[in-house]
Amino acid sequence: MTGRFDPRKILLTLAAPAIAIVFAFIITSLVLLAAGDPIVDTWKTILDVGSQPRSISLIVNSATVFYFSALAVAIGFRMNLFNIGVDGQYRLGVFTAAWVGSLISVPKPLHILVIVFVAMAVSALWAGIAGVLKVTRGVSEVISTIMLNFIATGMIAYFLRQVAVPVSGSNNIGTEPLPASGRLGGISLIPDSPLKIYGFIVVAVLAGIGYSLLLNRTRFGFDLRATGHSETAAVASGVNVKRMIVISMLLSGAVAGLVGMPVLLGEAYSYSLAFPAGLGFTGIAIALLGRNHPVGIAIGALLWAYLDVSGNPLQILVGVSSEIVTIMQGVIVLSVVVAYELVRRYRIAQEQRRVARELTSAPPTPREAQEASA
Amino acid sequence: MRPVPGSADTAVELTGITKRFPGVVANDDVNIAVTRGHVHAIVGENGAGKSTLMKILYGMQRPDEGSIAVDGTTVSFSSPSDAIEAGVGMVHQHFMLAGNLTVLENVVLGSEPRKNGFLDAGEARRRIEEISSSYGLDVNPDELVEELGVGDRQRVEILKVLYRGAKILILDEPTAVLVPQEVDELFENLRELKSEGLTVIFISHKLDEVLRVADQITVIRRGTTVATVDPAETNARALAELMVGSELPSPETRESTVTDTPMLTVTGLTLRAVDGRPLLEDIGFTIHKGEVLGIAGVEGNGQSELVEAIMGMRRVDGQIRLADEDISGWSTRRRREAGIAYIPEDRHRHGLLLEASLWENRILGHQTQEPNVNGPLIDRKGARRDSQRIVDQYDVRTPSIDVFASALSGGNQQKFIVGREMSGEPVVLIGAHPTRGVDVGAQAAIWDHIRTARREGLAVLLISADLDELIGLSDTIKVVLRGRFVADVDPAHVTPEELGSAMTGAGAKA
Repeated sequence: MTGRFDPRKILLTLAAPAIAIVFAFIITSLVLLAAGDPIVDTWKTILDVGSQPRSISLIVNSATVFYFSALAVAIGFRMNLFNIGVDGQYRLGVFTAAWVGSLISVPKPLHILVIVFVAMAVSALWAGIAGVLKVTRGVSEVISTIMLNFIATGMIAYFLRQVAVPVSGSNNIGTEPLPASGRLGGISLIPDSPLKIYGFIVVAVLAGIGYSLLLNRTRFGFDLRATGHSETAAVASGVNVKRMIVISMLLSGAVAGLVGMPVLLGEAYSYSLAFPAGLGFTGIAIALLGRNHPVGIAIGALLWAYLDVSGNPLQILVGVSSEIVTIMQGVIVLSVVVAYELVRRYRIAQEQRRVARELTSAPPTPREAQEASA
Repeated sequence: MRPVPGSADTAVELTGITKRFPGVVANDDVNIAVTRGHVHAIVGENGAGKSTLMKILYGMQRPDEGSIAVDGTTVSFSSPSDAIEAGVGMVHQHFMLAGNLTVLENVVLGSEPRKNGFLDAGEARRRIEEISSSYGLDVNPDELVEELGVGDRQRVEILKVLYRGAKILILDEPTAVLVPQEVDELFENLRELKSEGLTVIFISHKLDEVLRVADQITVIRRGTTVATVDPAETNARALAELMVGSELPSPETRESTVTDTPMLTVTGLTLRAVDGRPLLEDIGFTIHKGEVLGIAGVEGNGQSELVEAIMGMRRVDGQIRLADEDISGWSTRRRREAGIAYIPEDRHRHGLLLEASLWENRILGHQTQEPNVNGPLIDRKGARRDSQRIVDQYDVRTPSIDVFASALSGGNQQKFIVGREMSGEPVVLIGAHPTRGVDVGAQAAIWDHIRTARREGLAVLLISADLDELIGLSDTIKVVLRGRFVADVDPAHVTPEELGSAMTGAGAKA
């Protein structure tokens, strides 16, 4: 939470994820060994992924989606709120936005803005239910958001049948595809790659910057972090914690609404049964990995996406089930949580020692000198 | 001053103990001989090295130099279990008990008597009752710990240590959590233990208590033993001067600065607990500009509730007025913005963000005020500059304002909080134990700051367990008992003893 540049602190911060990745590497290798799968070939295949332009595009695109999800979770985390419901929030948001977007016909930038606004508003309201339940009835947001996920699934299934059209060439159903004015073109960011990067990546970068500014530079952000650090101290300092809970849930939900946007606006153009699900849970893992830090989350999202993408060729090239990647992701998250806690404790102890040391070696204060001469 | 080596009735002997941490010498040539069957007190300011010394004796840390002898044999402990083996047990300041287990279960936890692999409850009960009755501890083994009061919990902790066969007990600040009656009971227990031949090492910085209970007192200053004295031949002032190493200031206020302008007026404040028991009942008072109103009372008689009601952290019936305005419906933030400063009773729970830097803690409680903010934005520069001012003016010992608040000692944290709350020219100060945990030198400085602000018109509500502080600083004292004011006391004509008896309801006239 401190602002100054301090190389020792940065090194310590990087130590935890580095340890976690090494640990995950070892565990995964042991699993491969136990299953009798080729260890060296597997790692070679996974590493090769990073040198293929097409794969890089895929990684960046998934990471963009993960980034929003993790950011939404992180807003809650910074206040000790566990928004497990990002999943239901974004799906309900993107479904409604896809449907509304297919009904209207307005000029391009406005059309996209309306879609994004609808998604954010619906997701925010859905998350807000959990916030209101918490402050008025004391319902744990963990329980209510999980339940709201189920309700969202049911509602989407129900309403999709009402508004859906068959997706051509399959037995899938989805909302009417968005007209051209509601689509966002991609960017050719990766040289030699046949795939374009979602245009929405720009919004991801802006969201990261906005998150950082909001939390670190504003009064609201200070109140939010103070509540996360110590609710009792926040109350004594004049923070209206109930209000903060509702606002944070709304904010977290609004960001969750962005999760489905890159895919909807840049690739799928409609909400169908095949629309990516479960991204909210990935967000929880990535927020943990990135320590709720906007840059940390970006790195975490890229790493996660990398592992996801590298799972595909494993089956084909070396005959190893792609689930090995899921195991690795799981081990990374578990060990990173442990490592962060160890580093955190070490840092507090280290700082106390450093303060004690610097104080004893410092020259006496005027008062001490006075006492000594008295 | 050096102990007589190898004397037969010496239970514990520490010789030349030195412990260095990177860059710091926590203990330097400490020499203490504790006589068997004595209560031996170790006193010193916060940070003087008492805790490190006890950790060494209890096997939690190893000394760099020096030796420990228990019952004449040199020992070397590498863990607390070694210490227990040798008959040394420790009762920690913060209790380590499981609330949802019974007394019996807590006592035997970790060293259960077994029969055929199962807990032998009969045997456990027999031993606990035996210990309990022979030392007059009087605890019911079947009661749930969560239903016990603080004094009883402490007895369970003592029982736990005795159950493990300790003959030498270390008590770390045992009275910090007790009310005066419980302190009396504890001292009665200690005398009982003593008469059974046990040895007690009693760590404290409450000098009057030490004088009451100890047979020998060792004073530690800056990590080293400066004197061992007989309580019969010394007094609290002399001890305090040994602790600080210089002459003591006194909290006395010189001239009255009370005006006729009411600043804080409270009328009919009433609050009930969930079970209908009154926590505050019809509390009313007026504090004028330049006046210090002291509230005396045994802790837990409504002081915390009163403070939280005035700060807007609790809903209560009744009216609170700031100057001419009714602020009863105001939020905590609005009250703070109106100039009510707040030094909380529990600085870790209510006063600080421990894992945030000092300059961020400058903002806490003043999130909407200069120089911390600029519109909706945090003014880092302003907050940092002002934090540095507090550090300088209030002599907060810290290498920088970028360290976590948790890195500072308790006394320095307190100084920072006082400095922060005195910033921005408050009109009313709600000060709960403003010098708690602060060493004697810093205490005087805080008193000075309060006195100066009072001269400039600050109205202060002072709550303190330190009766000398209360009498010395207050213009008026009200005594609170079970949520009601039971007496008004004139601080100019009252002794701490009289005040103390009024607080327990004895001899008080409403």
